[in-house]
Amino acid sequence: MRHRLDLTIGPVSFRIGSAWPQPIAQLAALYAPYPKPAGIADFTVRLEPEKPWRRLVRPSVAIHGDYTLPDAAPLPLAQGLLAAEMGMNLQMALGQKRFLLLHAATVERDGHALLLTGHSGAGKSTLAAMLGEAGWRFLGDEFALLDPVTGLIHPFPRAISLKNQSLALFDSAAPDRLGPVLKGTPKGTIRHLRPPADAIARMAEPARPALILFPRFNRDFEPETRPVGAAETFVRLTQASTNYVALGRPGFDALTRLVTVTPSFAIDYRSGEEAAALIDTLWSNAT
Amino acid sequence: MAGPTFVADAPDALSHVALESLTAIYHAPSGMTHLLAPPAPQILAALANRPGTAEDVLARIAESFDLETEDAAAAMSARLGELEAAGLVRRA
Repeated sequence: MRHRLDLTIGPVSFRIGSAWPQPIAQLAALYAPYPKPAGIADFTVRLEPEKPWRRLVRPSVAIHGDYTLPDAAPLPLAQGLLAAEMGMNLQMALGQKRFLLLHAATVERDGHALLLTGHSGAGKSTLAAMLGEAGWRFLGDEFALLDPVTGLIHPFPRAISLKNQSLALFDSAAPDRLGPVLKGTPKGTIRHLRPPADAIARMAEPARPALILFPRFNRDFEPETRPVGAAETFVRLTQASTNYVALGRPGFDALTRLVTVTPSFAIDYRSGEEAAALIDTLWSNAT
Repeated sequence: MAGPTFVADAPDALSHVALESLTAIYHAPSGMTHLLAPPAPQILAALANRPGTAEDVLARIAESFDLETEDAAAAMSARLGELEAAGLVRRA
């Protein structure tokens, strides 16, 4: 590849190659403090033109790598950074075998991890980013990496993907932590935020899960907390995992252990402040 | 008239974890996970490596389970049919 960047994020390393300089330059700025891999990268992401001439003519970025989805639509070059992020997600989702991957945002306090999981658009990323600026250690906004052997959650502090209305909440972040505003993406307007410095400095430190939350953002809901039973949590987390089936029995053992020892609640909230207050109460009861 | 005879896999082919009133089961031969309500886990235990008809199963689990229905044999046949469809028991 003409342009290349090697990155370590938590326990995983990536080699990202691109036919164009822009996505790599944007990634290099966003991930400036992240270490380089010690050896060969775990996963490769390649951003390539769909056809050779599309490198120059109406450039269009197709996501390739060790694992590819045949029907993944290419993105315009202006969204090359998003393509790189999607490429890293894809390699993890399809190729990660060491950890059980849960589609969840995670933060830590006093060695204990809080998992925020639920449907896309429930507010996981925004909540985790907010908590990460307010005394919690940010572990990740996309995947929680559950180690089947130890039961610990490993950080995967990728750049936080802020979407639509959430962008304004982080306008005051240091400018070098913010990526370009990407308009008209498949998920609306997106801007990436580099996690706080302590999240990057301590990205090799795992945490023991202490609380699982299913947040739901809706301005029309009264704030509410509802306990979620172990069986329902188990089913929802199998659906939230990209590699539960591939891991076989170790995945089953890890997930059943997680849901039997970790309290779980659904919360409805209308604002970040309301969610933070609900989380504080649940957290002090759980730890 | 005796119905079909079923058998389930040996206990070591399955992992069981109780989740409240349900039981999560990992079935190693298929790699599939099932969430079962009583009496399904008890039926699997009664048929593990030990073929039996619906009546046999009823007799085997009678001590620990009371199927409160008028036609227990028909209910048991229905449960066995569901477990067969799920791949957890097979015809012996």
